[in-house]
Parts: sequence; structure tokens; C-alpha cells
Amino acid sequence: MGANSLHVLKGINFDVKEGELVSIMGSSGSGKSTLLNILGMLDEADEGSYTLDNVPIKNLNEKIAANYRNKFLGFIFQSFNLINYKSALDNVALPLYYQGVNRKERVEKAMYYLDKVGLAPWSHHLPNELSGGQKQRVAIARALASDPKVLLADEPTGALDTKTSHEVMELIQGINDDGKTILIVTHEHDIARMTKRIVNLKDGVIIDDNFVEQIRATQYV
Amino acid sequence: MFNIERWQEIFESLSKNKLRTFLTGLSVASGIFILVILLGFSSGIQNGVTSQFERDAANSISVWTGVTTKEYKGLNPGRRIQLKNQDFNDIVEKYDDHLEYKSPFYTIWGGLVNYKNESGNYRIQGVLPDNQFIENADISQGRFLNHSDVMGAKKVAVIGNKVSQDLFKGEDPINKDISLYGINFKVIGVFYDPGGERDESKVMMPITTAQKAFNGGNDIRNMTYTVKMSKNFDDAVKLSEQVSLGIENDLKQTHIIAPDDISAINVNNTLEEARKIYSLVDTIKAVFWFVGIGTIIAGIVGVGNIMLIIVKERTKEIGIRKALGAVPMSIVAMILQESIFVTMFSGLFGLIAGLGLLEIVGPLIESDFIKYPQVDFNTALTTVFVLVFAGAIAGFIPAYRAAKIKPIVALRDE
Repeated sequence: MGANSLHVLKGINFDVKEGELVSIMGSSGSGKSTLLNILGMLDEADEGSYTLDNVPIKNLNEKIAANYRNKFLGFIFQSFNLINYKSALDNVALPLYYQGVNRKERVEKAMYYLDKVGLAPWSHHLPNELSGGQKQRVAIARALASDPKVLLADEPTGALDTKTSHEVMELIQGINDDGKTILIVTHEHDIARMTKRIVNLKDGVIIDDNFVEQIRATQYV
Repeated sequence: MFNIERWQEIFESLSKNKLRTFLTGLSVASGIFILVILLGFSSGIQNGVTSQFERDAANSISVWTGVTTKEYKGLNPGRRIQLKNQDFNDIVEKYDDHLEYKSPFYTIWGGLVNYKNESGNYRIQGVLPDNQFIENADISQGRFLNHSDVMGAKKVAVIGNKVSQDLFKGEDPINKDISLYGINFKVIGVFYDPGGERDESKVMMPITTAQKAFNGGNDIRNMTYTVKMSKNFDDAVKLSEQVSLGIENDLKQTHIIAPDDISAINVNNTLEEARKIYSLVDTIKAVFWFVGIGTIIAGIVGVGNIMLIIVKERTKEIGIRKALGAVPMSIVAMILQESIFVTMFSGLFGLIAGLGLLEIVGPLIESDFIKYPQVDFNTALTTVFVLVFAGAIAGFIPAYRAAKIKPIVALRDE
């Protein structure tokens, strides 16, 4: 942080229960990404408390934060953030490497999740040989690989066309149906409508927080 | 270090980034290669110069005489000074404490030597047994002259290897008679001399025999002494100078020569010469080391630079790894292990290439001043490790800093 600190979030208070599919909405600068980063332990809040699976997350040193991220969280980014010299399979296996899983088991698990996102035939392709939608699906498989408590998705469809976006959302909804808790940051209304709860942020505060009727992505595909 | 999983990870990232790996390796390998070649030639020059000095003992004082050029105490210039046995003995007596080997010489230049039908012209020298050590001669067959040969003025001779080859054509020369101007001498030994063919084209006999056989009376042509070496080279040089000066003054006094006459008595002190050459060799060595260390420093800077770029290029990857649960130390360890592996491997490659080149080219060099260029393997290995270590340090700082970056900063889309 520079000398001029900027207060982005100004008091946020909310709970997410297990199995929820929540979208966090807001225009740019509303603090939605900062909130996600705090939830993801990529950043730390100046004040307040954060409890994940009954574990208070505070005063983390780098090592503990890394272990928590590895155990509890799976990330999905707008720009996919795959390692470009590793094959799809190796990208998916990477979180397992940091969990200390041996190579044979890693490959097995990674293959299982790749199959789950429908990319088993592409397992040995490098990211630049895949389409945007395929890349995001590899990233989702990677986020799932460590079997985290929560998936955090930062604009997961931001770099994709509408059709591919809907395919990705369909996948995310499917994962949520299996019981995984998922938080999605987005500024697109149609994407938000595909979740079960919408939290609206403006200038660092929650302006509304409603449960909604989920629209299945299959309707569009 | 011995984590197989991590090695697999490293080999994967190395093989997927071939150009980067190759460039890092090349800069390290060429640095070591150049250093090895430089050190090799520096030792080659040293060997070459040292072998120039092996011809004769390096610590000798030779005395010979000429013609006076100055009038002194009523004596005219132009007198030829003749050394006698007495001169030699006086010096031995006076400087006995400081002298090791001593020998006077009675020399016939180009004496005719016959064996059966073979003949040749060789230098014939009457000497004392000590001359073996003054000349650095090695006996290959038989023996050198001894005290009893000298006392009895026996008609025996030791011949150089060249003489043996010319006259005996492979026949065993020991106990055969050679004839010099009609006088028979029994060959008792054959010698080798590091000075080469020129020094091996000689016939040596006891000085007493030579003086008798060739009408020498008490005359001697010149004399050579070696100074006892002390541990400290500079002390030895100083002593050698003092003795040389003492001998010169003594001889000038006995032969009534002007103190400032420089041509009547010549005293040559090889140690002084040796010192000049050795200090030249030291200078050359220092220059080579200087260049070599410069090369190493350039190599280290190069490796450090490449490490910086690698870390910079991998910042995003590091961020991804951290988001996926990599602890900072595992990032640092990964980058360091990778760089150490590359520098070590290519350093050893450069080392072996350099040593190989010296091994192949070394024997082909035909110069008196460069001989057997070679590198002390331990020195070379040490420099490889220094380079690897310094490269690791240079890489550690950016790696550590990268591992400290918050994942959100590293992942930020630019």
C-alpha cells in the first residue's frame, strides 16, 4: 500500500451459508473485488473479523494464509491465470502438488476434475491451444481440484462471449448443485440472475441483499 | 533438496523454457570456459619459463676471465688473466660456508673424439664430480666421475647422450675406450641434460686428467659454484650477490687488476637473472588472475541479471502459485534450486570443455615459453562453486522479493 490509503470498504456485514451461490454486484470502484480478495485471503482487512468454516481468519502470516488458501479456497479469475507452459492436466494438478499429494494421485484426481468439466480429451494441451471457454473450464477444474470449502470467482465470464459465458455458468450451477459454496463477483445482471442470492455493493457498503429465483443457464444454451 | 516432486517440477519448467535455460547456461559455461583457458595458459607460461631454467642449476655463480683494459699499479692494459687451481681453492676455502657445489673447468672446444671408425667434434671438459649437480645432469648408464677418479687423474670419461648415439650407434658404451687426440679414455657413464642436445654433446673427464693430458698445467678456464639456497628466495639472492661480489674483488686483488676494470674478471650470478624472470612470471600470473576474476565477476553479474529477468517474467506465475497455496519459502526454494541446478550444470560443462580443450591443444603447442598448459582441477572446481554460490545469492534477492509480493498485486492484469 502506498502512503495514501484508500478506504474502499466501509463496513460490510454479511453471512454466507454452506451450499449458497451468491453474486456480488456493483459498478467498478464499488469495492466488490476488494471484498473478494479479503474473502480469498489475498488481501487483509484493516478492521473487522472474518470467520471461515468456524476458523477466525486474522493476523495471518504468509505461510498460514497460503495453507488456508490451499485447503479452503478455490479461485476462478477473469483472465483464467493458467500457467502457460503447463498442460491443462498439470495446471489442474498444481494445487494438489502444494497439498503434498503424490504424483500418481495428482494425475488421477486432476483427470477426474478435467473430465467433470468436459475437457478430458484436452488434458495434454497447453492453455494457448484452448479456447477462452475451455481455459476457464480448466481454471474451474483447478479450483475444484483441492476440494475447497468455497469457490471464489472474480468476473468468471468477463472475458467470454455470451454463449460461452452461459456454458461456464451452467457448469458453475452444476457444481453448486453438488453442494459447493460459490461466490461470484460480476457486474452483469444476466449472470447475477443465475445465482441464488444477489448482494449489491455501492461505494463500499451493501445497498441490498436479496435471495432471488435462480435462472438456469440451460435455458439459454 | 531431495524432494523428487520438486525436481520433477523444476525439470518441467526448465524443459518448457529451453531458450531461457540455454542462455543462462551459456553465460555461465562461457565464463568458466574462458577462466579455465586463461589459467591454463598462465600455468603453461610458467612451466615454459621454469623449464628454461632447468638446464643448469638456478643458483650458480660462474667466473671466467678476459683481458685487462686498464692500467693498474704499473701494469699495462691488455694482459690476459689466467685462472689457476689456486684461485679455485682459495675461493672454496674462503666461502665454504655459503657454497654447495663447486667445480673448475678445463675446456677443449671442439675436440676430436674417435670410437672405432666413428668420430666427431665435441666439447671436452675437465671437471670435478660436483659438476653433475651444477649441470643438472642425469646419469642414464654407468656412473658419473668420483673423487678417486680425480685424485688418481684416471683416464676415464663420461659422455653425453648425443655423443653416445653418434659414436656407439646403440652399442653399450660402458667400459669401451674412446680416443681423444690419440689418448684412450674408458667410458664410465652416459648422461642426459635438460639443456638438450647442445649440453649432451660433451665429454667430461676429471679436471686433473684433462690438465695432464692436454698440457694444461695448473690452468683452468673458468669455474662455477652454486650457492646454498635458504628458504627465503630474496635472502638467497642477496647472499648470492654478496658472494659474487666477494669473489670478484678477491680475484682482482690476487691478479692485480684495477677495481673498476669490468672485462678482466666476469662473474655471472644466475639467481639474479632467475629472480627477474620469476617476477615476470608472477606478473603474468597476476594479470591472468585479474582477467579471470574479472570474467567471473562478469559471469556473476550476468547470472544475477538473468535471474532478475526470470523472476520478473515469472511474477504472475508466482502469484498464481501463491493463490493456489504455495508458501513463500517454497517459491524461493523453487527458483533458487532451479538456478543453482542450471549454473552448476553449465559451470561444470564449461569446466570440462575448457579442460578438454587444454588437453587436446596443449601438446600441440610448440613454443619454448608455453609448456603443458594445464589447470589445477581443484582451483577450477572452486571457481565453479564460487560462481554457483554467487549466482544463487544474486538470484535469492529477487526471488525473495517476488515471494513477498501479495498475490493480488502479482495477479493484477496489466
